[in-house]
Order: sequence, then C-alpha cells, then structure tokens
Amino acid sequence: MASQEILREEPSRGSFVNDPRIRSLFFQTLVVIVLFGSVWWIVQNVIDNLQRLHIASGFGFLKGRAGFDISDTPIAYTSDSTYGRAIIVGLINTIIVAVAGIITATIIGFVIGIGRLSQNWLIQKICTVYVEIFRNIPPLLVIFFWYSGVLAVLPAPRDSYHLPFGSFLNQRGFYFPRAVWGEGSWLILVALVVALAMAWFVARTARQRQMATGQQFPVFWTSVALIVGLPLLAYVLSGFPLSFDLPKQSTFNLTGGFQVKPEFLSLYLALSCYTAAFIAEIVRAGIRGVSKGQTEAAAALGLRSGSILRLVVVPQAMRIVIPPLTSQYLNLTKNSSLAIAIGYPDLTATAGTVLNQTGQAVEGVLIMMIAYLILSLVTSAVMNVVNARMALVER
Amino acid sequence: MQEHDMSWVRTEMALAQPAPASVSGPVAWVRRNLIGSVGDTILTILGIVIVAWVLPQVINWAFINAVWTGPDRTVCATVGQGGIQPDGWSGACWAFVNAKFGQFMFGTYPVEERWRPILVAILFVALLVPMLIPRVPRKGLNAILLFLALPVVSFFLLVGGMFGLPHVETSRWGGLLITLSLSFVGIAVSLPLGTVLALGRRSKMPIIKMLCVIFIEAVRGIPLITVLFFVSVMLPLFLPAGVTFDKYLRALIGVSLFAAAYMAEVVRGGLQAIPKGQYEGADSLGLGYWQKMNLIVLPQALKLVIPGIVNTFIGMFKDTSLVLIISMFDLLGIVKQNFSDANWATAQTAKSGLVFAAFVFWLFCFGMSRYSMYTERRLDTGYRR
Repeated sequence: MASQEILREEPSRGSFVNDPRIRSLFFQTLVVIVLFGSVWWIVQNVIDNLQRLHIASGFGFLKGRAGFDISDTPIAYTSDSTYGRAIIVGLINTIIVAVAGIITATIIGFVIGIGRLSQNWLIQKICTVYVEIFRNIPPLLVIFFWYSGVLAVLPAPRDSYHLPFGSFLNQRGFYFPRAVWGEGSWLILVALVVALAMAWFVARTARQRQMATGQQFPVFWTSVALIVGLPLLAYVLSGFPLSFDLPKQSTFNLTGGFQVKPEFLSLYLALSCYTAAFIAEIVRAGIRGVSKGQTEAAAALGLRSGSILRLVVVPQAMRIVIPPLTSQYLNLTKNSSLAIAIGYPDLTATAGTVLNQTGQAVEGVLIMMIAYLILSLVTSAVMNVVNARMALVER
Repeated sequence: MQEHDMSWVRTEMALAQPAPASVSGPVAWVRRNLIGSVGDTILTILGIVIVAWVLPQVINWAFINAVWTGPDRTVCATVGQGGIQPDGWSGACWAFVNAKFGQFMFGTYPVEERWRPILVAILFVALLVPMLIPRVPRKGLNAILLFLALPVVSFFLLVGGMFGLPHVETSRWGGLLITLSLSFVGIAVSLPLGTVLALGRRSKMPIIKMLCVIFIEAVRGIPLITVLFFVSVMLPLFLPAGVTFDKYLRALIGVSLFAAAYMAEVVRGGLQAIPKGQYEGADSLGLGYWQKMNLIVLPQALKLVIPGIVNTFIGMFKDTSLVLIISMFDLLGIVKQNFSDANWATAQTAKSGLVFAAFVFWLFCFGMSRYSMYTERRLDTGYRR
C-alpha cells in the first residue's frame, strides 16, 4: 500500500532550480530583458547621434531631388528625378543583371555539368578544369578580370572588332542593331501571343490523346512552326513594319544601335561564369543521383537513349537539382551587388549614393535589406512552384 | 591397333596472356574514351580545337612572352606605348608583381617592422601543420595554442604599442595579411557562433528559437556588401558619441556574423541527421543539455557536415575580398589599387596582377577543398546514412 502511494507521487526534482520549465522561463526572460535593454540603449544612441549630426529621419527624403546621374537607366531618369526614383532605377538594374545572369549561368552550368559526366575523356577534363578554376577564386576577382583585364584593353571605337549581324565590340562596350517598331507592329506581338496560346493548347490536347489512345503527335515541330510562322505571317501581312537601326562607325565613336556598356557586360559575364561552375557541380550530382537501374529498366522497355534521358533520367535528376539550384540563383542575385566595385548602378550602388548624400544611413540600409529580402523571397517562391511541379507525386 | 587414350589433363596453369589490344592498352583506351562513336569523335575534335586554341595562348602569355624583372613600365609596354617591347607583343608583366610583392603581402606595413607579420605567419604554419596531420599527437593542446594563444600573440605582435614594439595602425595593414587574418578570425569565431545559433534554432524555448531564426534568415537574405555597409555606417551610430571602432574590427564583425549565419544552417543540417535515439540515449544516461550536446550530438553532427563547413570557410575566404568596398585593401584590393600607379600602367598590368591574385586565392581554396575531401574519407566511419 505504502509503496503504491509513493509511486503515484510526482517524481521529485530536488529543488525548483533543476525544473526544466522554470529554467527555460528564467533564461527566456533574461534574454528578453537583455535584448530590450540593448535595443533601448542603441535607439537612444541613434537618436542622440542623429540630433548631434543634424540628420533628419523618416522616409521623406525619398521625394527630394537626387542631383546625381546614373549611367544605365532602363526607365526615364535625370538628375532632377527624386531619390526614390533613383533607387527604383537601381532595383531594376539589379533585376536585369540577375535575370540575364541566371539564364546564362544555367545554360553554361548544364552544359559543363553534363560534360563532366561525359564518356569522352578530353571533354570531361576540360569541364573539370573549368569548374575547379572558377569555384576557387572570388567572384569580385572574376568581375575585375573581365572589366580591367579583358574589356578595358579592347581596341578604341575607331578600330572596333566587327562581329556578325552588324555588331561591334570595343572599349566602350558591345553594339548591336536595335529593332525599330514601325506602325502596325502590334500585330506581330498579338500573333506571337496567339501562337504561344495555340502551342500550349496543342501540347495539352496531344498529351490527353496520348493518355487516352497511345497515339503520339509531333508537338515540338508544330509548336516551332506556330511560334515562328504566325509572327512572320503577321510581319508580312502588316507590310514589313520592323526595321533595324544599325550601329555606324564614325571617326571617334559609334552612333546608333544599342550599346551594352562594359560595366554591365563584365558583371553579367563574371556572374554567369562564376555561378555556372557551381551549377555544373549541382547538375552532376543530380544526374549521378539517378540510379543506374532506372536507365537500364528504361532501356529494357525499348526506349531510345534520347527518350531515356528526356523521360526517365532528367525528370528524376531535376528533383535533386532544383533546391540547391534555387540557392545558387539567390547567391547570384546577392553577388550582383558587387556591381558597386566597377560602377554599374545597381541597387546597392544607387542606394549607397543616396545614403552618402542624405546621411540617412538607417533608412538607406533598411531599404537595401528589404529590397534584397523581397527579391530572395520572390525567387524562392518561383522556384518552389517549379519544384512542386517536379516533385514526386506519390499515391 | 591399340586405341590411344586421347584424354589429356593439363597439370600446370596456362601462362597469363596480355589482354587483346582491342580491350586494353593505349589504342583501346583512345577508342573507348575519345572516338567511341560519331558524336564522341566530333566532341573530341571540338575539345582538341579548344585546347589547341587556348593552351598555346596561355603558355605564351604567362611564360614565353612574359617579362619577369624590370624597373618600371617600359619593360612591359610596346614601342608604340613608349616601352621596349615590339608592337603587337602580349605577355604577362610579372615584373609588376615582382616589384610590388611586398605591398601585395603586407600592404603599407612599415618595411622595418615586416618581420612581425612574417613571424606570425611562421607561428601560424608551425601550429597549423601538426593540426592538419592526423598522426601528430596532442591535438587538444595544439587547438588551444592555435585558436586561443595564437590570436592573442598575433594581436600584440601585429598591432604593437607594447613590449617595446612600435604601434602599427590597422589602416596600414593590407594585402594577404588582411585576407588571411580576417578569414582566420572569421573561421575561429563563426564555427562556435554558428553552432550556438543552430542549437538555438532547434531549441524548445520559443523566444530563443524565434530570435535565432530571425537573425539567420535576415543575414542569409542580404548580400555581404549590405552587411559591410551596415557595420561601417550603422555601428558608429549605435554607439555613444565619441566611441569609435577600428575599421578593421568593424569588417571583422561583419564577416564573422555573416559567416556564422551560413554556418548555422550547415550545422543544423548535421543536427537533423542525427537519429532521435542518440538524443534519447543521452537523456536516459542523465546527461544535462550541454553534456548531451558536447559529448554525444555535436561530435557526430559536425563530422557529418565537414564538407559543408569547409565550403563555408572557402566562401568566407573568397568573401574577404569584398572589404575593398569599404575601402580596406586586402590582396585583391591592393592589387587593384596598384593598377593606377603611373609607373606601371600598361595594357598588361591589370591582367597580370589579377592573374597573380587569382592564383593565390585559388591555391588556398583548392588546398582547403582537397583537405576536406581527405578528412571526409578518413572520418567516414560508416555511420553515414
């Protein structure tokens, strides 16, 4: 009887000092007190310092006149525009270089990654050398290499390199013909949209038909014909509205055409080359992660090697590849902030100039942090959608 | 006729014949690895074209046409540019690297005091090498000397102002000295700090968990440049008027905090891979939280994520080059600063300096990654799942 009574009692903890719940409560309260104390101290210091230095606070400065020029302006901007607009120009430049870099890095990365798994000894070694070089040097160095080592020592505009399609390459960047949209060119755009919609519809119907009857339909070539053919037809029907403004060589400079400045070019090339090395490793790991049995089983079913790759290996490899690929895309976006070192006006550069001119460091850094966080979140969200489509659907 | 017994039993082993030429040997190797099919042959030709186009150019530039010594820019400039080389010449200007080597290593550290960083480097190597070789005993003492004693000794040696050593301001430090010291301290701080953050993120205390998550995700979401901006322009605002921080120290704080957030995620991966039974086993032995973590969980978890930890180290080593943006001159920064030296300005200067810096960075990073692969193989005790 007595022993049962004892068993029913709460296990003794000795003293309340050893009670995990009380301890946890104590430590958390302590952390909160210390945190609030230091935050309060910092806020007091910031207020004191701002008053002493006569720096205004709040986001009112965004409406002020910027007064500095920006070299690459995707949207209308002059030095009379506001600080807010300057920061938006910077944000758009960041997005442009990040998107362009992501596309190119993915293409180079996949080619090199597959090359590293090639049966061909020579190709495999070349790809390995590429990866080992670019993985082990800082991205900033790659940017400087393109900027000061390669692009800055190109010939002056007078002796530009002539490239195909009326393009030129010289110290001041890369020039290529600019499309001039004449009257009636909206028809071409409409045709393109219609063609895309039709291609999507054809692909869907063909898939449904294959599921129901097993009959196949050449979706790829039909889509190509639609997407190329319809806009071309619209171009002819609307009376050739599209013309090209070719860059022309004059004594000292090139006029006309579209100029890509060396700052953008070196940042874009460097980010692509650098990130491609990491993507190549991810792709290699992804493809090696698909077991050999899958390939052999597909071959036993009578699939050709192209079909094995397209229908069996790649979909499974993509599942392994996409999560680390996302973090590489995020890295590329964040590395685009290195633009400041060569003077490409990205978000960090323009916001940094604004910060220096107004002295409003707290707001400036806050805007930068929030902008990059939003970019990261958007990229993650897009890649999560892609990942969800690729993920294994289990019964 | 008597029938002969035709049966015959071989009593000795047949001598081993060399494999047929179609399966082994150089010809078969070439056939299998280079010209296996039409596509393969095309790729091989493409590869040969690439190598034949790139390799001679590189070798010519870096070795054959290179200038190794010289007093000033004339040795690296063509006649048209006011130098001595024939027009159309293109070669590395190692003379530039040679002339500036002291600066690339130590920045503007006073020449007569440069024995101090050299002494620190010797101490560092003397402590690091036995640490890296598994067979050398007394790892604990070695680690204490390397991670606790060496930083203190180096601080007094490098900064000076005591024991009769003249004071050298950190603004005079530069080159590889900054790159190595920043990354060494960053590594020494970020691993323990990252581990604590990772433990905090998996803690059952909601407030601690929330704080760790906010810190890790916020830092991982922004570029290092923004963090450096933050520490260089905001820290002075956070402190009472008159209190100032050394710029070098600010960079150190920024780099360490940044690396700690990444390290925390790597360590968290390791913590998650440890089976629940290990935690419960430690609990049932009556171990407290820190005993459980230090004796049971972390040794296994950290071992699992060695590749990730070394990757973070490599990333941090490369990222130290970004301090040039807050106008400190690490190896890359000082190389870039010297491009504007009128005495050495030629078309080849920038390329040569950058290739030299790239080579130094590459050596360190490649060394680290190879060592991590070696350690990974050595520690692979078969528990990996």
